[in-house]
Amino acid sequence: MPRVSFTDNLQKHLPCPPVTAPGGTVRAVMDAVFEENAPLRSYILDDQDRLRKHVNIFINDVAISDRVRLSDPVAENDRVFVFQALSGG
Amino acid sequence: MADVFYVASRKGLFTYKRNGKDWKAGAPAFLGEPVSAVLKDKRDGALYAALNLGHFGAKLHRSDDDGATWKELAAPAFPKASKDPENAPSVDMIWTLETGGRDEPGVLYAGVIPGGLFRSEDRGESWKLNDPLWNREERKGWFGGGYDKPGIHSILVDPRDSAKLTLGVSSGGVWKSDDRGATWRLCGKGLRSDYTPPDQSEDQNTQDPHRLAMCAADPDTVWCQHHNGIFLSRDGGETFTEFRDVKPAVFGFAVAAHPANPDTAWLVPGVKDERRVPVDGKLVVNRTRDGGKSFAPQAKGLPGEACYDLVYRHALDVDETGARLAMGSTTGNLWASDDGGDSWRQLSAHLPPIAQVAFG
Repeated sequence: MPRVSFTDNLQKHLPCPPVTAPGGTVRAVMDAVFEENAPLRSYILDDQDRLRKHVNIFINDVAISDRVRLSDPVAENDRVFVFQALSGG
Repeated sequence: MADVFYVASRKGLFTYKRNGKDWKAGAPAFLGEPVSAVLKDKRDGALYAALNLGHFGAKLHRSDDDGATWKELAAPAFPKASKDPENAPSVDMIWTLETGGRDEPGVLYAGVIPGGLFRSEDRGESWKLNDPLWNREERKGWFGGGYDKPGIHSILVDPRDSAKLTLGVSSGGVWKSDDRGATWRLCGKGLRSDYTPPDQSEDQNTQDPHRLAMCAADPDTVWCQHHNGIFLSRDGGETFTEFRDVKPAVFGFAVAAHPANPDTAWLVPGVKDERRVPVDGKLVVNRTRDGGKSFAPQAKGLPGEACYDLVYRHALDVDETGARLAMGSTTGNLWASDDGGDSWRQLSAHLPPIAQVAFG
């Protein structure tokens, strides 16, 4: 199952330890994450469920390309990293 | 007189409490985080803080113990769009928070960038977008003003009738509702812009009020610090009269209205829009006591030279007596007055850039 971890800079706002979450796309994985941690959603996604402008998600070493629909595929053993961008601070 | 005021800054929320003849700063809340708006609800004592987290979005917190502990609330958010998800709106920033009327306990309003008005009926636990305003065709003609997108920065609730609302929108004019926001009409006749073609200078929909301030005892009196000058309405914002040739300058952002005297207001002038610094490096608060017939710059206690401070639209406030004022700048200077602005005392020269000061 994909393993999702979050920037330390999120931890000061709310608890978000690394988790495993099922799903074949970034959207499916993140929806599974938010199922367990609902307050986290608005920190990572905007009102329209797009990735926030100054947040980045990587699948292993590659930043996702679809920031609107979060359709990038995620494989069973992938690692998903949620970072803050260096812009927007 | 008010014995507490709050300072919303780029790096936290600061509380100043009266201690004898001095003001004493308490421990900051949200240290390091941008606080875009603060509101003390005098009806139930709740304190609200809006954060503008650079990476993680607009957030809202409430304290029911005067800042000792905070609870995160659901921030205002636009409804999910059924089409065109790439361009659908999302709240960039909560620009202003306001309480509903005294007969509406728990009702709050939030003005946001990009140009949405939200209402809560449960002390900020949930919010609903005001669709009638958002769906007005004229909204598409609003500019950004200061920020890339237009925003609602002033929300006036008529103390005589809480169904009557007046909004100030950056480059989106003055809007009024007589039915709690069910319907809206564009007002502000008499406002004038010189950042549009001459034939459009009186177009009400693109006027840029920087701040509206209402006299609590005479709510038909609404002062407006506009991008192009100083204006006064005696009919609740329907029409305005301009005051030209006001020294040292007519440009500025902030205006505060005396709560009891409709002829008294305070403004903080800057050179002009392209050079947002005090005239000749000398910071003054411009005060009128005769309904705008004359303005007297008050300088006692304020920097008299080499000063480049700018006071944002929410960063000047007056208490319920009209005697105490507080003012903060983008340079992180903080001043207070106990004598209606005759003299000022510097409380700090080391705060982060200040977005708002608000008496409790």
